[in-house]
Amino acid sequence: MVKIEEIPLDRLTSQDDLLRLAESLQTADVDKTAIQILVGMSTCGRASGAEETYAIIKYELEKRGIDKTTVELVQTGCVGLCHAEPIVEVQYPGRRRITFDKVGTARGRRIVEEVVKNIDGKEVYSQGMGMGIYTDQTRVALRHCGVIDPKLLRSYIAVGGYQQLAKCLFERTPEEIIQVITDSGLRGRGGGGFSTGLKWGFARKAEGAPKYMVCNADEGDPGAFMDRSILEGDPHSVIETMTIAGYAIGSSIGYIYARAEYPLAVEHLRKAITQARKVGLLGKNILDSDFSFDIHIRYGAGAFVCGEETALIHSIEGRRGEPTNKPPFPAESGLWGRPTNVNNVETLASIIPILENGADWFKSIGTEGNSGTKVFALAGDVKNVGLVEVPMGATIRDVLYGLGGGSSSGKSIKAIQTGGPSGGCIPASEFDTEISYENFVKLGSMMGSGGMIVMDEDTNMVELAKFYLEFTVEESCGKCTPCRLGTKRLLDILNKLLAGKGTAEDITTLEETGETIKASSLCGLGQTAPNPILSTLRWFREEYEALIQDAGAAVCYEIDAEACVGCRACAKACPVDCIDGKVKEAHVIRQGECIQCGACEKTCKFDAVIKRTV
Amino acid sequence: MTVKTTSLDSKGVGELKKFVENLGLDDSAEAREGALIEVLHKAQGIFGFLPSEVQELVASELQLSLGHVYGVISFYAYFTTEPKGEFEINFCTGTACFVRGVGKVIERFEELVGIELGEVTDDGRISLGHLRCVGACSLAPVVMVNDKTYGNVTPEMVPEILADCQ
Ligand SMILES: Cc1cc2nc3c(=O)[nH]c(=O)nc-3n(C[C@H](O)[C@H](O)[C@H](O)COP(=O)(O)O)c2cc1C
Ligand code: FES
Repeated sequence: MVKIEEIPLDRLTSQDDLLRLAESLQTADVDKTAIQILVGMSTCGRASGAEETYAIIKYELEKRGIDKTTVELVQTGCVGLCHAEPIVEVQYPGRRRITFDKVGTARGRRIVEEVVKNIDGKEVYSQGMGMGIYTDQTRVALRHCGVIDPKLLRSYIAVGGYQQLAKCLFERTPEEIIQVITDSGLRGRGGGGFSTGLKWGFARKAEGAPKYMVCNADEGDPGAFMDRSILEGDPHSVIETMTIAGYAIGSSIGYIYARAEYPLAVEHLRKAITQARKVGLLGKNILDSDFSFDIHIRYGAGAFVCGEETALIHSIEGRRGEPTNKPPFPAESGLWGRPTNVNNVETLASIIPILENGADWFKSIGTEGNSGTKVFALAGDVKNVGLVEVPMGATIRDVLYGLGGGSSSGKSIKAIQTGGPSGGCIPASEFDTEISYENFVKLGSMMGSGGMIVMDEDTNMVELAKFYLEFTVEESCGKCTPCRLGTKRLLDILNKLLAGKGTAEDITTLEETGETIKASSLCGLGQTAPNPILSTLRWFREEYEALIQDAGAAVCYEIDAEACVGCRACAKACPVDCIDGKVKEAHVIRQGECIQCGACEKTCKFDAVIKRTV
Repeated sequence: MTVKTTSLDSKGVGELKKFVENLGLDDSAEAREGALIEVLHKAQGIFGFLPSEVQELVASELQLSLGHVYGVISFYAYFTTEPKGEFEINFCTGTACFVRGVGKVIERFEELVGIELGEVTDDGRISLGHLRCVGACSLAPVVMVNDKTYGNVTPEMVPEILADCQ
């Protein structure tokens, strides 16, 4: 019997070569008698201690002299159950995987003990968690995450990897490929929702050479992490799809633009690129065909606007990542003024299943106009924080309560926020809405990249709007005035309202200024920056109005010198710096400058701040 | 162009030059400009920050104008021209971390370390900064100390984390 790791990985020189390799890997996999212990080693796993868990399991196995042919220890990517990390799965040959959550070192030892006791698999240790969340999903883009070992090319080829690339190169014309993608109805998952097939068609038809194929792996929406998970857990699928896209649009150079905050994703990508080059699946004359394609990685450096495609292009060129007007679109004039196609990671990850199963299959998932699946990153006040992939047309409620498990705090969920700093919030009353690009826009938000932040009733929506606005003020590149000055103006008004000094007129100004910024900004960042305010105003106007009423009632704050311990916490919290006092001495509020915002009262841990009505 | 590199660690200079050499860039402006951000990442990795001597070194290695190099550095938040602390404490200020209360954690750090966000202690030991979503939102709020990630951080955990910074 041949072992997987003994099957040689030589340069592949034909489609048959690749088929044979896949077959022998699959046979070896089926023949395998080893029990596998799989440890999820993505960013969230590592941050929860997966490295320690992995080390202890390795140690326990070695201590007992158990080798790979009996129990094999494997590192995988993220299965998406981030709240349950570190996750360990046990796979007896030919059976369903058993998933264990929150495996620390003690639990890791226990798993080894139990597995070793039951090497024959008669009495399987199954104190694992339910698999409901996992199986209720429709996994297309995430199909390999947590299933294969992302660091091994063999692992990817064994599940059919690179077969579609070979099929495209030897059996399909570029036009045929573009037709299938167009027919499937796939739309850009980076937020824009534009037809991927049409975009490829434009790039193919565009005049100019060389052409470039760019993968947008900037994932700027804070709170979204599906692209990270795909890059870390299934890097070869991104490389294979970029190569197919290159063939389809007539490009031989690809760039992946990855953000600086994702070192592990970059490490896995680099590894995968080297592996693919080595066996002739990337580089010159792929599988000895006429087609050559190579991929370079470019790095972001902490600028949100670089997720916008024209800014991203300038950043790849090694310049300041400032956006430019569209048109011309990148398909016509992109990198160095040449035809360029930009696609998001999740978009790319959806393509191979379409090529495998056909356009009609993809359309059969989802709804008319919104085919296929969408991955959401659930975070915030929700029980099952993690990634879920659902068919388009599922309701928000399905995602939040079905897969998400509802609120984590026990308090009721008030709203969700989607679309990041460009999006808005959707209140609980609208949770029966079916998920689609259009429906999210109707509700005043947008799909964005799929971040879904869940907020319970304790969340202050004006504070939330302020959070996003501070984000855009900081991230505005400053190139156009409406965005640079307009967002600053909105933030000033919000601060005034939150300080209890607002008027009804301020709310109107927020709305008017917001609309102006939307209409006149240069790029998508500015055009969408007011959304968090406008949507919270639409659904939670009473929270803004309450701030004005508060402003009317005359109160004053004083510090009780007896109770004050002189910790300076209130002085730091005070937005107008009107609290005097040395450390360990009682502080005093300068009443003339106080704006009665109450920040000191909220901050004080010693109940030393007294609120009085005057 | 000769560059004054006296104040720079010569080992670091050598390492950076080697790195640029290994990139195997052709002479085109596209290649040299395109490599700039990657080289700056490397330089910041070696020297910890990007003072004018490093900027000059990068400019001369890539044959770019100093203005271009500085323009790029100043645009991207990740690049810094000031030294960071030996222990670089970074808070995630992404949405999940915001909703789960990173603000209180930051306040506690500022209080105990005695500096504010964006500052470095006088002895150069600790600096406080922020990052946007490190993609570990399940652990929100997240604090990074150099490469180590702390998840589900509460204000009560702050002294413990600071104790690790020795
Ligand atoms: C301010 C701004 C930020 C963006 N950030 C991202 C991002 O982080 N990732 C992404 O894939 N697309 C982002 N986009 C969308 C891109 O401009 C572009 O539409 C997308 O990469 C195209 O790929 P797709 O058609 O596959 O979605 C952003 C757009 C704007 C206006
Ligand atoms: S928002 Fe902090 S890790 Fe994502």
